[in-house]
Amino acid sequence: MASTSTRAPVGLSSVTRDGIGASPRRPDGTLKVTGEFAYSSDMWMEDMLWGATLRSPHPHAEILGIDVSGALRLPGVYAVLTHEDVPGEKRYGLEYRDQPVLAFGKVRYKGEPVAIVAADHPETARRALERIKVDYRVLEPVSDARRAALDPDCPLVHEEGSLPLHEEHNQRGNRVRYQPIRTGAFADGASVEEVRALADVVVTGEYEVGMQDQAFLGPESGLAVPAEDGGVDLYIATQWLHVDQRQIAPCLGLPADKVRLTLAGVGGAFGAREDLSMQIHACMLALHTGKPVKFVYNREESFFGHVHRHPATMRYEHGAKRDGTLVYATMEIVLDGGAYASATPAVVGVASSLGIGPYEVPHVSVDAYGVYTTNPPCGAMRGFGAVQACFGYESQMDRLAAELGMDPVDLRIKNAVSQGSRIITGQEIDMPMPMAEMLRRAREMPLPPDRSSLPAPSDPRTLPGGVANTSHGEGIVRGIGYGVGLKNLCFSEGFDDYSTARVRLEVVGGEPAVTVHTAAAEVGQGLVTVKGQIARTELGVERVTILPSDTRVGSAGSSSASRQSYMTGGAVKTACEAVRERVFALVRERGLVEDGHPDALLSLSGGKVVSAAEGVLISLADLLGGEAIEETREYHHRPTQMLDPSRGQGSSHTQFGMCVHRAVVDVDVELGLVKVVALDAVQDVGKVMHPQQLAGQIQGASAQGLGLALMEEIQVHDGVIRNPSFTDYLIPTILDTPPMRIDVLEHPDPHAPYGLRGAGEPPTLSSTPAIVAAVRNATGRPLTHAPVRPEDIVGIDPPQG
Amino acid sequence: MDFLSPSTWEEALAAKSAHPDAVPIMGGTDVMVELNFGRRRPPALLDLTRIPQLRDHGPDDGYLRLGAGVPYTTIIERLRDRSPALAQAARAVASPQIRNRGSVGGNLGGASPAGDAHPPLLAVDALVELASVRGVRRVAAREFYHGPRRTARRDDELISAVLLPEPAGPQSFSKIGTRNAMVIAVASFSLALDAQARTVGTGIGSAGPTPLRAIEAEKFLASEFDWDGAASPSPATVTRFGELVASAARPIDDVRGSAHYRRHALSVMARRAVSWAVTDYRKEIARCA
Ligand SMILES: Cc1cc2nc3c(=O)[nH]c(=O)nc-3n(C[C@H](O)[C@H](O)[C@H](O)COP(=O)(O)OP(=O)(O)OC[C@H]3O[C@@H](n4cnc5c(N)ncnc54)[C@H](O)[C@@H]3O)c2cc1C
Repeated sequence: MASTSTRAPVGLSSVTRDGIGASPRRPDGTLKVTGEFAYSSDMWMEDMLWGATLRSPHPHAEILGIDVSGALRLPGVYAVLTHEDVPGEKRYGLEYRDQPVLAFGKVRYKGEPVAIVAADHPETARRALERIKVDYRVLEPVSDARRAALDPDCPLVHEEGSLPLHEEHNQRGNRVRYQPIRTGAFADGASVEEVRALADVVVTGEYEVGMQDQAFLGPESGLAVPAEDGGVDLYIATQWLHVDQRQIAPCLGLPADKVRLTLAGVGGAFGAREDLSMQIHACMLALHTGKPVKFVYNREESFFGHVHRHPATMRYEHGAKRDGTLVYATMEIVLDGGAYASATPAVVGVASSLGIGPYEVPHVSVDAYGVYTTNPPCGAMRGFGAVQACFGYESQMDRLAAELGMDPVDLRIKNAVSQGSRIITGQEIDMPMPMAEMLRRAREMPLPPDRSSLPAPSDPRTLPGGVANTSHGEGIVRGIGYGVGLKNLCFSEGFDDYSTARVRLEVVGGEPAVTVHTAAAEVGQGLVTVKGQIARTELGVERVTILPSDTRVGSAGSSSASRQSYMTGGAVKTACEAVRERVFALVRERGLVEDGHPDALLSLSGGKVVSAAEGVLISLADLLGGEAIEETREYHHRPTQMLDPSRGQGSSHTQFGMCVHRAVVDVDVELGLVKVVALDAVQDVGKVMHPQQLAGQIQGASAQGLGLALMEEIQVHDGVIRNPSFTDYLIPTILDTPPMRIDVLEHPDPHAPYGLRGAGEPPTLSSTPAIVAAVRNATGRPLTHAPVRPEDIVGIDPPQG
Repeated sequence: MDFLSPSTWEEALAAKSAHPDAVPIMGGTDVMVELNFGRRRPPALLDLTRIPQLRDHGPDDGYLRLGAGVPYTTIIERLRDRSPALAQAARAVASPQIRNRGSVGGNLGGASPAGDAHPPLLAVDALVELASVRGVRRVAAREFYHGPRRTARRDDELISAVLLPEPAGPQSFSKIGTRNAMVIAVASFSLALDAQARTVGTGIGSAGPTPLRAIEAEKFLASEFDWDGAASPSPATVTRFGELVASAARPIDDVRGSAHYRRHALSVMARRAVSWAVTDYRKEIARCA
């Protein structure tokens, strides 16, 4: 790189510290581990009131009348509001506007908000709820998603004609979206029987994925403060400030600029904060009472306060040649969206387009349904749609390998996609996709030692059952399994997705300093750190301040779909480049370089302007003096297309990500208990922005997939959640979470900033089927339901009702 | 809600007598959850944390006396040899934070059928000491559990201690949960052998409306066990013991597991417990020889 013909740069620290590729400390890290970080539930204001929500006790009922007079008479109560008090639009929604701010006419799920109260004490607010009388006529719940999808006689959750129609989604009856995909002979109208004749070996399977919860730790909370201009300021833990604003303002009957949002401390999100919870309620009460109003759901309420992962039932058929070459695949998936659409249309779009996974299959037929039922609403959760499908198609690949007597990794390699392959929507994978190499690397990773060679083989912490002392080695069988998942990254299907960044460079106290302002939600993923790293790298300035995220700057889009490093990272990079150009213009203006000196030879490093030819030209402090340079930029990813509603063709995705997992488990085959011994991952992330945070994302996503494999399920019976607590909704503890070896590849995506690929979701896909495959390997059981229950392992019917 | 905070045991008993509906609070790991979830709105809380003797433990006439407020952590760290099954159960309770506060007295006060302390107390034939201004009485754990969350404790009584007989043979406790730590029992089982009396004790948790004993299984194993030589019981004997334990359970289907699985798991735990007892018993014989 260094050339002898150029003068060595003088007084230049070679690279700016803590830029991209380094692992600087996250600015919120110390506060979080010492317990000092202010989460949204910690906010407090003099004079504030406490909000509380009356929720429907029934999954499905007609509302005959609401009497709030008893609640209003309670001293300390400032307001009791119902749907009649909603100032503007009565309904909102992420994709379809179908969800009432407060129920009117009917309630469609147990826990649906019916009335809200503001009082001077949370206990008073709670008591006021008990005094609201709601007269219900209970209706039959619509609990069976399959029936909702396929039976035209199934009762409707939403009355005919009550919703705006979305024909592009084949929306009809209880179907929120129906997406078929037909390729190869299926596109020409061939029947399954005809296509089946092309294969030597056929395997079928039915699989289920249970309703998973995001299980964030910070419950829904926020503070709404009425403003003098008749508007409202809302401090809120969310994933996307502007989409909240876009939904809240019409319901309040206010223009968007009168509803200003600032991000409050977010205690985890994982998709659960993509929909509104208490936002409109808090604003309504604040505007009504003229006082700040705070809401904090408790843990139980939180289970009713956010959407969950769609439970899915799937039917697959795969046909292959004797040598393992896949010939055809059919898939039918029914995704239970519950009472309101939320992200269901997008979930169907993902589940269908990625429905048979990262495999080359000439003839494919997919039918994907997302439906309304009177079950709890389901929507975004890490890896949505792709997680459910991945459990199905990976289970099928193992079944096919067993049928063929082939090694499951070899079968996957044989049919693996690569750069240039087309997925079933016809979209080309136009970025590196070294799937075969990734599988080989996963297989070649060293295996954990056998139990017998452990230093303390009888240490209960190494055994299934843990310290509860269920085995001293009896009944333990080891198993190994693999999983691969293909995930779309960034928003899909024609959405004009963008992010906005404002970057300011100025001299503060004699030093150059950068301020970065975006509306992007830091939900724990570490975006605040990455924004700072990008600014340091691009502007060669170490001192970077990240302003709080709010709606005073343009939308950043959602902290979901693994998209923020790409999108907001891209926006910060672009804004920094614009600032840099202006710095270089200033350099030219000052005559520090000759006219015609190409920008390409200039750079910013160590707080100085450097020329590749002449070394340091000037420090930024001297160049700028009192002047500040500020630029705002929007970053858009390349356009995508809607899937066509009849054959599901179209380049609907922005980017693809992939992770491969190998799981090693010890199973107590008599008791049905599992200890995951190792959960190793190979992932291609294009470019590592922050190694430590990347490891955190991969390990966290793997653990969330482990939860879905072995324990996490919201149990719903006739529309009623039976385990709305962390006592009975189990998530993995440290004793359930094995050491994880991570092998990261960096094949850059030419379309993405720095070549990076969203990294937060792909491991959530592959970890679940890898673990279940390992348990199958140890037990020989079919295990078609995720999570696997002890009953399934020992061959006893799971609990009913 | 009143908060009564006596600093002596006498004051506590007087307060409980004056306010029989006051809810005692020790570690608070059950009480606070119930308050937070709004399941309970008692007129008064009776704070027992300031009474030093509730945290005492020591020998008492052939028993280990364990103050009702001794936290699980202390049992694990200091009393393992004198209460092996209970210490194993204590180790299986919740997380370090909860074990630092939670107590056997609290477990008995709530009397949840899933409480981990109950099966060992049944198996070893412990006594529960109850006190009121009217006096002190000791009730066998085996007589203590009357129905779902109902016990022999009267409204004006507080639990002062449990008394555990000196261990006279192998003891164990096992608990099934669907994760490897911090889980409420799906089913649990405790076994205690008394080599002097040549008796067997059992305790079953989370598989009936109350903690249960498997009395037939106890008698069966006591008669089949080789008390002199600790020869391995036949597979048929072990299987039969497992069946008898399972059949003593009265489980239901619930969110944590099916009745069928609970019975199955109990039979497996019971079989394993017998084989561990045999091994331990042999070691004991070898040591004494
Ligand atoms: C996260 C979590 C996990 C848990 N996991 C487990 C587990 O794995 N296994 C398990 O068994 N339990 C578990 N529990 C429940 C709880 O920790 C235990 O029941 C514990 O033994 C209660 O003890 P405590 O001192 O905290 O009782 P408290 O909450 O103070 O009291 C519990 C009950 O006993 C009564 N009481 C307390 N002391 C007396 C007394 N001296 N006389 C009369 N009545 C009294 C109280 O009035 C109340 O009804 C868990 C709880 C939590 C919060």
